[in-house]
Amino acid sequence: MKLSVWTYEGPPHVGAMRVATAMTGLHYVLHAPQGDTYADLLFTMIERRNHRPPVTYTTFQARDLGSDTADLFRTACEEAYARFRPQAMIVGASCTAELIQDDPGGMAATIGLPVPVIPLELPSYQRKENFGADETLYQIIRTLAKPCERTEAPTVNLIGPTALGFRHRDDITEVTRLLSEMGVAVNVCAPYGASPEDITRLGAAHLNVLMYPETGESACRWMECELGLPFTRVVPIGAGATRDFVAEVAQHLDVEPRLDEERLRLPWYSVSVDSTYLTGKRVFVFGDGTHVAAMARVARDEMGFEVVGLGCYNREMARPIRVLAKDYGVTALITDDYLEVEAAIEAASPELILGTQMERHIGKRLGIPCAVISAPVHVQDFPARYAPVMGIEGANVLFDTLVHPLVMGLEEHLLTMFREDFEFHDAAGPSHHGTANASPEEGGSAPQTPRDISVKKRDNVGAAVEVVWLPAAEQELKKIPFFVRGKARRNTEAFAASRGETEIGVETLYEAKAHYAR
Amino acid sequence: MTDRFAPPATAGCRTAPVLKERGQHEVFCGLTGIIWLHRKMQDAFFLVVGSRTCAHLLQSAAGVMIFAEPRFATAILEETDLAGLADAQDELDRVASELLARRPDIRQLFLVGSCPSEVIKLDLAKAAERLSAAHAPNVRVLNYSGSGIETTFTQGEDACLAAMVPSLPEATAEELLIVGALPDVVEAQALDLLERIGVGPVRVLPAPRASDQFGVGPGTRIALVQPFLGDTLAALERRGACHIAAPLPFGEEGTTLWLKAIAAEFGIAPSVVDTVTEAPRARARKAVAQAADILRGKRIFLFPDSQLEIPLARFLTRECGMEAVEIGTPFLHRRIMAPELDLLAEGPVISEGQDVDKQLARLRAARPDLTVCGLGLANPLEAEGLTTKWAIELVFTPVHFYEQAGDLAGLFSRPLRRRDTLKVGPHDAALASS
Repeated sequence: MKLSVWTYEGPPHVGAMRVATAMTGLHYVLHAPQGDTYADLLFTMIERRNHRPPVTYTTFQARDLGSDTADLFRTACEEAYARFRPQAMIVGASCTAELIQDDPGGMAATIGLPVPVIPLELPSYQRKENFGADETLYQIIRTLAKPCERTEAPTVNLIGPTALGFRHRDDITEVTRLLSEMGVAVNVCAPYGASPEDITRLGAAHLNVLMYPETGESACRWMECELGLPFTRVVPIGAGATRDFVAEVAQHLDVEPRLDEERLRLPWYSVSVDSTYLTGKRVFVFGDGTHVAAMARVARDEMGFEVVGLGCYNREMARPIRVLAKDYGVTALITDDYLEVEAAIEAASPELILGTQMERHIGKRLGIPCAVISAPVHVQDFPARYAPVMGIEGANVLFDTLVHPLVMGLEEHLLTMFREDFEFHDAAGPSHHGTANASPEEGGSAPQTPRDISVKKRDNVGAAVEVVWLPAAEQELKKIPFFVRGKARRNTEAFAASRGETEIGVETLYEAKAHYAR
Repeated sequence: MTDRFAPPATAGCRTAPVLKERGQHEVFCGLTGIIWLHRKMQDAFFLVVGSRTCAHLLQSAAGVMIFAEPRFATAILEETDLAGLADAQDELDRVASELLARRPDIRQLFLVGSCPSEVIKLDLAKAAERLSAAHAPNVRVLNYSGSGIETTFTQGEDACLAAMVPSLPEATAEELLIVGALPDVVEAQALDLLERIGVGPVRVLPAPRASDQFGVGPGTRIALVQPFLGDTLAALERRGACHIAAPLPFGEEGTTLWLKAIAAEFGIAPSVVDTVTEAPRARARKAVAQAADILRGKRIFLFPDSQLEIPLARFLTRECGMEAVEIGTPFLHRRIMAPELDLLAEGPVISEGQDVDKQLARLRAARPDLTVCGLGLANPLEAEGLTTKWAIELVFTPVHFYEQAGDLAGLFSRPLRRRDTLKVGPHDAALASS
């Protein structure tokens, strides 16, 4: 048993869902208990998908345990096929169903559906989300992809982007553009946006671009052996890696390595004198192996930082990350325990963390600025705007991403340094605009925080009206969440003033609440 | 004052036929209850014995709360734990001891069963007994199941509270016991109202701390503030306590009827309740009226989620003038719901359980003005042009009693107001995320 609060990765069937949701015309029947549908909301909320993930759950309950669960699975398969008419189906078990030992693959085969049904073996108690995605894509391709005639002009497949992937949507656009500038078209992008029918056409390409090794490497290796399709090793994250990637593709396809650097701003921004203070900033890099490897290079060679620690949570990438760490003169940290990461960051005491959602919060706790460079991420890292991390625009995005928390860090540092200065005094308020002219004698802990609940209010005609909060009302006010407390306080005082009251009791507080209710 | 509302429909829905369905359930499991229970019980720790899926669920459901040193965690079963069962008990002892050493402030430890632990029949009851003995008197260890195969969403709270009942001391005194976790501010309002009416002493289950012990016995009167507490009610009745049947305290009407039922049990006249509650009732009415302007005449469809659906439909139809199309509930506890069903006018389909695809077909045919559903369905339905209100918020937000009545109505009016406000309709191409 392993005690765990945070998990960097979900169970492997969530990885399979990421592949199924990324594709079209594919349906996943998952043998799972009631409750496992929670994973749907990762796609509908975090990624803001406008459709339900194409997953049917058998939703077995305690009373079904026994032979009944096998029937449930069979019915679920038949109904899912009848309702959604997919081109192909994948079937598998979640962690609980793995224990009851129904055999989804075997059962699905006996139904005799008129489309390919691909069984998945995802060991939930040994492996995790990324393995699930990689294995699922591999099984789908292994079943459906067949050798076929090559396209006349050089084309490539993009392999690895999935649903819930960090910036996958925009990376696809950026890489497609990079390639088209060399006169190379994309044959199929998989799994993102591909249908099972598209998968059968993979063999028509001349080269596979392995965008994300975590989720596409097994499929690429299989296609290399069985379809004779070589695949790229460089992941084009950062200016240098993008140049290397273009060279690699050009060499494979025997085309001109053209790269339109007109749009590339990272190198100049990094050279400009304003960036001098970035020199030797100590950074700690943690995330999935691919992004960590790429970001370490960007951090050291393109931003001028010093990498003081690096590591990854997915043990599938442990070997390359260990090798890489040697190059940077540090020891790689391979762990999925955030407490170990926190300890390592504390020991390295960097000035900037490049990490995941977890490291963002570790940074918050330790007071270290942080930029998010890898999954797992939250809803804010599925932005509405164009925000790739690959290719030319990706490099520009990375420069901004890496510099912003530092600039803000510097700002905060300056404000603290000048805390005693009359202009920056706590009580001076957050802005030089407006009329907040509190005198320093009033003291206080931070701008915007009211020092006392009882304040002097000026009414409309300008005469000072003393509004007193009775202790019970003050107590009541404290029960309101801090982020709306200020508004509640102002509303209540305005309400009391409008009625000519000078004391605020619990009754007044709730009268005001009812008055302003919307 | 309740004469403002229509008199209870002659038939009500008490005897209405219930559509019972089974199939794919789009619901949370009982583990999710931990997210709000641990906030309420300040010295308790919830240790889920389960898989990576369970940890991932808690993380997804808890959102940012996961980063605030929460008092819950998962002991993730690994391959070695599945190989031999004797091992698993030793492992659990080790994990629990490590945990208690790291968190000496913990006084109650809940071992929470999950689907995997139930399927492999890991005996958590025995483990709780053994650990209780080992860590007495500082920590008491209890166990319950929050597994998806046995519990749906809020039923996790029921299982947790029911597990606490047998260990409560014996008492004979006449006391009122309020059962169900409420936000602190709401609980304080409830206690204040009861005190002013003259009901007392009053106890609350769950109590904020293990040391706030109280007894239970034949003198105990139970008032539920949540509808999903069937097992807890049964466990308390086994100890001799007696249930006060009443509608739940949602809205002005529900709160007043709830207070009157308790007052009657304690021999207090309804007029006393009327006098004490006159001002808050007026406030609640005023606050609800503002939201009701937009809700009146609108048709609502509720998917099953928390068992709060029936009392909410009662509030929305009677106090906000909405029309219920279908009211889904994951589980219908007839006895607890009877006073609610009596107030609910005949008409809506009442469904228990779920076959989500069939229910979605009924929803699309009905095209209601507002749909109450989980987060897995909300955005997809919005994309189909249906306005939704996500249901989980109703469990986390203070919504009970008078002062929150306006907020409660506001939760339902906001999505409709937003729909009217937004002048940029979702363009198909912009919405498509694939």
